[in-house]
Amino acid sequence: MLFDLLGVTPQALFSQLLLGLINGSFYAMLSLGLAIIFGLLNIINFTHGAQYMLGAFGSWMLLHYTGLNYWYALFLVPIAVGFTGVILERLLISRLYHLDHLYGLLLTFGLALIIQGLLRNEYGISGKPYAIPEQLRGGQNLGFMFLPNYRAWVIAVSIVVCFGTWYMIERTRLGAYLRAATENPTLVNAFGINVPLMITATYGFGVALAALAGVLAAPIYSVHPNMGADLIIVVFAVVVIGGMGSILGAILTGFGLGLVEGLTRVFYPEASAVVIFVIMAIVLLVKPAGLFGRTV
Amino acid sequence: MRKTTTTAAIALLAGLAAGAATAEISVKIGVLNDRSGLYADLTGEGSVIATRMAIEDFGAAERGISVEVVSADHQNRPDVASTVTRQWIDVDGVDVIVDVPTSSAALAVNDIVRERQKIFLVSGAATSDLTGPACSPYTVHWTYDTWSLANGTGRAMVEVGGDTWFFLTADYAFGHALERDTSAVVEETGGQVLGVVRHPFPGQDFSSFLLQAQASGAKVIGLANAGGDTVNSIMQAAEFGIVQAGQSLAGLLVFITDVDALGLDDAQGLVLTEAFYWDLNDDTRAFSQRFAELGNGNMPTMIHAGVYASVLHYLKAVEAVGSADSDAVMAMMKEMETDDPLFGQGVIRTDGRKVHDMYLFRVKSPDESTGRWDYYELLNTIPAEVAFRPIEDGNCPLVQ
Repeated sequence: MLFDLLGVTPQALFSQLLLGLINGSFYAMLSLGLAIIFGLLNIINFTHGAQYMLGAFGSWMLLHYTGLNYWYALFLVPIAVGFTGVILERLLISRLYHLDHLYGLLLTFGLALIIQGLLRNEYGISGKPYAIPEQLRGGQNLGFMFLPNYRAWVIAVSIVVCFGTWYMIERTRLGAYLRAATENPTLVNAFGINVPLMITATYGFGVALAALAGVLAAPIYSVHPNMGADLIIVVFAVVVIGGMGSILGAILTGFGLGLVEGLTRVFYPEASAVVIFVIMAIVLLVKPAGLFGRTV
Repeated sequence: MRKTTTTAAIALLAGLAAGAATAEISVKIGVLNDRSGLYADLTGEGSVIATRMAIEDFGAAERGISVEVVSADHQNRPDVASTVTRQWIDVDGVDVIVDVPTSSAALAVNDIVRERQKIFLVSGAATSDLTGPACSPYTVHWTYDTWSLANGTGRAMVEVGGDTWFFLTADYAFGHALERDTSAVVEETGGQVLGVVRHPFPGQDFSSFLLQAQASGAKVIGLANAGGDTVNSIMQAAEFGIVQAGQSLAGLLVFITDVDALGLDDAQGLVLTEAFYWDLNDDTRAFSQRFAELGNGNMPTMIHAGVYASVLHYLKAVEAVGSADSDAVMAMMKEMETDDPLFGQGVIRTDGRKVHDMYLFRVKSPDESTGRWDYYELLNTIPAEVAFRPIEDGNCPLVQ
């Protein structure tokens, strides 16, 4: 009855919700990294999209140049890209902490353009094919839709990684140090904890999360230098809606907005690219700190 | 009538002037296209290289024509394309604008060149409106258009039994035109269009649209999109087992760079329409080899080939009339038969449509291919007379 009213079949609705959840997995992982970095470093990391792209490109390069497959990429690429993040933080970003947000934003945005431009110059824009690993091919017939095994894998990895990260930050001693350093770095430093090291490691970790999302994306989206630029704006909207710097907010909003976007694709596909921004505008009007953010 | 007389008179005068003195003619060509976005490999720097090759092959310098080439990135945005075009024409003295992919951007440029009376050689854009309701006395649409794609791929799919269609359409001028022209072919040949979903441009995740197409039960899913959008649609269709479940995909606009990006595993069996393939004959192979050496090793797309041929023809016309005067040169371009190594002989019609053969290709399987870029098997040559929309059907005001 309800479905007649909506003009879609339950099958269509369920399948679109599930697809929304898959897209939400990417939003959640990317916005989580951004939220962690913003929380501790106060840097709006515009290089995040490029680092996600490096994750995907890294997987392709690993396969193409060394023959190492997806399962190696899943571990090696986030570590390698995370390490470049560490170098970046030490060399450049760390010089900007005493300045306004805007400088960090400009630096990271500029770096993103440089990284994308270099890869575009070398590999072109059309993208590189990256096959789904043998073990995850095929799919399950769920009755209402055919769910490719790989997409199910993406949801699973994303949920584990997101909630693992949340647990580490909210429930462990290391996480407590991190949160304390976010509140008052000087005081935490005075207790003998190496705050600059922690900041560097956090940035590296956030970047590694982006790269991991990139590795997961490589087999389903074509691997091309602009793939992150297309996504990062949406992810920023997700972070703003969730509340800047809120870990749980970033995760839940990521999945939630994936669902909302999925529904829009059924009822009014033309609006699916803007729906997140409409929600962002409404949230900013009603609750400027974001859904899960604390008012400062 | 009066216009024709004036044009002829100008051409005559210009011709006399050229005969009287061998003063150097200078021409400025502006290559306007996507240099950083999803169409950058199909157009981009490759079109600049093709332009330079045409100038070199024509021997412009030896023939007393000094040619300057400028290029810009329109980012697939009509507003940027308009701004650059105005700047080029009004301030920098550009005589001819070349390429311009992205139909919405090309239509914007088309309006400006009509008003400013400068020549526009379209290779990249697809919409058949450029030689239809939006046709202009200063525009030549060289390589392909949405009608010819529909007529090639669309007709071929219906003929093998694909008589019910569902479209995945890029939500802008190009997608709409391609969907409209293909729907017309499908319905004309007795087929039926069951539904359409219009996706944001550019898109990334097409799975939900593909599932809607699957739910429609149509035999053919028509992809009225291009570049990276098509690549992602085809990849994700393979992932969701859509082709295995019995539906066919019709890539209505697929370029060789897209096939390269997809890999033959995902692309094999696709039927597509192109105006050019590097491996057609000795001339196209020689051109493509040089093109690849000058660029980053990629084979040229049909858009690059069209840029080369249209610039070559333009320069011949400039030499023939002895000036870069738009009216005289355009009259000469339409009067002279076109003849170049890539498209052979052809003509430019009153409505600006360049007419030549089109080809229906099938993408080879990995076993059939001998290596990178060996991708197409020729199924059918669509003769020039029937490859493009009949001139009287286009509603071009210049024709009435």
